[in-house]
Amino acid sequence: MSNYELMVIFTPVLSEEDFKASQKKYQDMIASFGGATVHSNPWGLKSLAYPIQKKTTGIYWVLEYSGPTDLNEKLKIQILRDEQIMRHMITKLDKYAVEYNHVKRNGGFAVKQKMEA
Amino acid sequence: MAKNEIKYLTAIKQEKPKKKFCRFKKYGIKYVDYKDIEFLKKFINEQGKLLPRRLSGNSLKYQRKVQDAVKKARQMSLLPFVTDLLK
Repeated sequence: MSNYELMVIFTPVLSEEDFKASQKKYQDMIASFGGATVHSNPWGLKSLAYPIQKKTTGIYWVLEYSGPTDLNEKLKIQILRDEQIMRHMITKLDKYAVEYNHVKRNGGFAVKQKMEA
Repeated sequence: MAKNEIKYLTAIKQEKPKKKFCRFKKYGIKYVDYKDIEFLKKFINEQGKLLPRRLSGNSLKYQRKVQDAVKKARQMSLLPFVTDLLK
């Protein structure tokens, strides 16, 4: 059960409840494939650094989950089939990443030393 | 020989450049998050290109982590591939 992080960019024309519905759809799909979602973090509408499919804004969604190794392939097929999604990226999280995300979520990083330069 | 041109016998001692250190080792940062754009911007120049190690002062291990974090951010269009006056 290794940890993964999925970041998805939806088309900006997506309405709010469609956005929620597809979030729910993918979370249930992960659960049905035997994974468990750790944390879902919708960023909402953000402007892109460069236009994707002639669109300059996109709805971002970051989902952290853990699952068996074959889960990502099944998930990728579903994501590629869904045309509301412009771009997605699945990254594998090592133990430092998981700890980083955990600390960032609750409490963030106490500024012990001011980072100069 | 112009009157006001002063010739120094020994070269003027420029102030020694600040000793570069690897911020990851010093502050114990273990993971470079590709979503944290403000932090990644410290490692790219105005055109959005990656700074070399001699300028960013990173050690090899963490420069590679920064490198693929920046590439992931570019892929997910959080950072532009090429731009001008990024900062």
